[in-house]
Amino acid sequence: MSVIYLLISVSIFVAVCFFIAFIVAVKSGQYDDDYTPSVRILFDDETKINPQNNNSQIEEKQV
Amino acid sequence: MTGLSCFHCGLTIAKNEEIDFDEKKFCCAGCKTVYEIFSSNDLTSYYEFEKSPGATPQDIAGKYDFLENDSILSKLLEFHEGNTAIVSLNIPHIHCSSCIWILENLNRLQTGISTSQVNFHEKKVRITYNSDIVSLKEIVYLLSSIGYEPYISLENYGESKTKIDRSLTYKLGVAFFCFGNIMLLSFPEYFEMKEFWLDSYKPFFRFLIFVLALPSFLYSASGYYVSAYHSIKTKMLNIDIPIALGIIVMFIRSTYDMLMDHGPGFFDSLASLVFFMLLGKMFQTKTYSFLSFERDFKSYFPIAVTKINKDNSEENAAIYDISKGDRLLIRNQELIPVDGILISESAEIDYSFVTGEAVPITKKSGDKVFAGGKQIGRVIEMEVLHSVSQSYLTQLWSNEIFQKKVKQKHKTITDAISRYFTPILLLIAFAGFGYWILIDANTAFNVFTAVLIVACPCALALTAPFTFGNILRILGKKKFYLKNAVVIEQLAKVNTIVFDKTGTITTNKKSNITYEGKSISDGDILVIKNVLRASNHPLSRMLYDFLPETKRIKIEDFQEITGKGILAIVDQKEVKIGSGQFVDDIKSDNFEIEKTALHIKIDGVYIGKYVFQNQYRDGLEELFRTLSKDYNIKVLSGDNDGERVNLETILPKGTELIFNQKPEQKLEYIKKLQEQGQNVMMVGDGLNDAGALAQSDVGISISENVNVFSPACDAILDANEFSRLNYFLRLSHKAIFIIKMSFGLSLLYNVVGLAFAVTGNLLPLVAAIIMPLSTITIVSFVTLMSNYFSNSNLK
Repeated sequence: MSVIYLLISVSIFVAVCFFIAFIVAVKSGQYDDDYTPSVRILFDDETKINPQNNNSQIEEKQV
Repeated sequence: MTGLSCFHCGLTIAKNEEIDFDEKKFCCAGCKTVYEIFSSNDLTSYYEFEKSPGATPQDIAGKYDFLENDSILSKLLEFHEGNTAIVSLNIPHIHCSSCIWILENLNRLQTGISTSQVNFHEKKVRITYNSDIVSLKEIVYLLSSIGYEPYISLENYGESKTKIDRSLTYKLGVAFFCFGNIMLLSFPEYFEMKEFWLDSYKPFFRFLIFVLALPSFLYSASGYYVSAYHSIKTKMLNIDIPIALGIIVMFIRSTYDMLMDHGPGFFDSLASLVFFMLLGKMFQTKTYSFLSFERDFKSYFPIAVTKINKDNSEENAAIYDISKGDRLLIRNQELIPVDGILISESAEIDYSFVTGEAVPITKKSGDKVFAGGKQIGRVIEMEVLHSVSQSYLTQLWSNEIFQKKVKQKHKTITDAISRYFTPILLLIAFAGFGYWILIDANTAFNVFTAVLIVACPCALALTAPFTFGNILRILGKKKFYLKNAVVIEQLAKVNTIVFDKTGTITTNKKSNITYEGKSISDGDILVIKNVLRASNHPLSRMLYDFLPETKRIKIEDFQEITGKGILAIVDQKEVKIGSGQFVDDIKSDNFEIEKTALHIKIDGVYIGKYVFQNQYRDGLEELFRTLSKDYNIKVLSGDNDGERVNLETILPKGTELIFNQKPEQKLEYIKKLQEQGQNVMMVGDGLNDAGALAQSDVGISISENVNVFSPACDAILDANEFSRLNYFLRLSHKAIFIIKMSFGLSLLYNVVGLAFAVTGNLLPLVAAIIMPLSTITIVSFVTLMSNYFSNSNLK
């Protein structure tokens, strides 16, 4: 058997795998919202601790 | 004006009212409080993504008490088991990345919330929380306190989760997969190299191509077969017949060619055709997920209302459980959900959702109050006359126009063309077959199938979707949101335009205020402005904004009497502002045509009155003048004809003005016009126009805030863009013109292709070139043309 049968079969098989991955992705709703995730990824994981925090609370009492 | 803007919400800070806090400036205590909440929870990053992203929190005391009621709660929750609950809340204020950030960090503000996820386009946040630790009511109060008040309406009640139809995405995915792979495998065939090793693998390649073409043929294209079948059954020849015919013939012929070893067949063309056509379909369905075109009264009405039991205890009851004879409690800013009789002494009811009229109507004890009004001011009590579905306004929805789902009211331009296209195509195919059968039976078969293949109106079918899809996007950018592409075609056919008056051609944002009476001194204006400052009545607010900026002075005594006016003491002088009767015992001679006015009396001396007149939208006169050249224009109004004289001077001569129209009468009026053969476009805004909007060929709803209110309609127009209505209509005409031009172009391709076909020279390679080429030229042609026309000055 020539190697070309094997190569083409493998390539088609890989393509089918990607295709199934696509179907699964659509089914899970990944493509329903195409905007929010693009913003979400830019947020920092850890929020900065505001050094002025204590000051502001002192001011608050004065108000 | 100082020009300072609030650090939190971005609004201009009124002079003398700015609040300094933490070196930042705020316009009101509400904004300051939100900042405090964020800064004490280390969430000030909120202000880093976007400048001044916030909204001023509103007072909501008591408004969401119904969330304590378990049966109502269960209808709102998406999921509830054990102590885990999930709720999806609609938040109209979501507008920037800061909003996403703060809403997805809710768990830092409230223990018990595990995750929250925002869907920006739908303006929704999905919150998962522990119902043992925190209640939905607490979450709603938290959201409101940071300026993100959710919008909960009767629509959410028992809302079943709608299944999203993703079949088009699947079909497109399958078609693209098949198309790409077939193209790769067809490459050796295109070059027709007589190489030994390529030749020996031919059967294998062809077999793979055949297998790959099957899903595209059987699944992706299935919509066309169904549509063609329906169109034959209803004897309406649409464009899908030649498409389905072309695809099927292409498949049979290719399979035959392959089995007989005549050649590679047209599988590549078949796959590309199906892919491009599905792509066009996808492009055409531009949806605005934050808008809803199917709204009825349910999206305006609250879920629950406070009921007063016999023993004077209060209870939250679902709207649908309210029956005749119940007593209800309506708070400030709450909507009256059913018709009833007022028990409290007096009430001020704002019917702006219903009629578009901004000035509230005063009702006295014993008066009938209609559903849809909003109470302004004190808490009132009322007795129910009709249940919610039988109320005056909601009855409109029992009209048959809301019941039947009109599938397609008219033939599309593509279908109109294909009525001629299909018979001519079949004629050519049979003529070719008849000619060649005398010469050679084999060629005759080839010619017959080649004609059907090459004439498959791919480009023709793509023209409309791509033009409309592009125009739809252009209009969306210009704040004119259409429900779907068919609306563009309907817009181009309109010959009569009916306008609602209040709220549509008038704006309720500002009023035209004129002063009548004795000359007024600066000192008096100073006093009036300061007295008005404390009042929340819409008329007071409007007059307050109208009067020039003044100093602040101290008000010694202030009293607001519902339905009458304000009584205040400034500098030991008594100031009375309000209705004529209240201020100076003026009895109006004709109650009906009394103008809306605020009378002023200072220290026992009657000074004069400020008269409020409808403010027509900017550019109205100009718009009506240009529109009247091409269209019949009519104005329908639910009000009395007090404005008739004023309107006649503004509008072009011959404009029909009809007053005193009830919602059903508006609907009937449109129906009557349609029976006379007119294509009617209705432009309205309030719920009372809902019937007319549904009945008309194109119903456009004008909205001051597109995120919140608009009755069911075909299109939503941002109120600020009202004066461009003519431009939008022109553009729709241009869209039809572009389509006609590109029909000509694609027919040209068909003629070229047919020339190959009837002479028996259609090689698979020729077909593989002609089809994508025609598609690409058509798509780029219509895109360029529609962009050109949208930028050109359409007068």
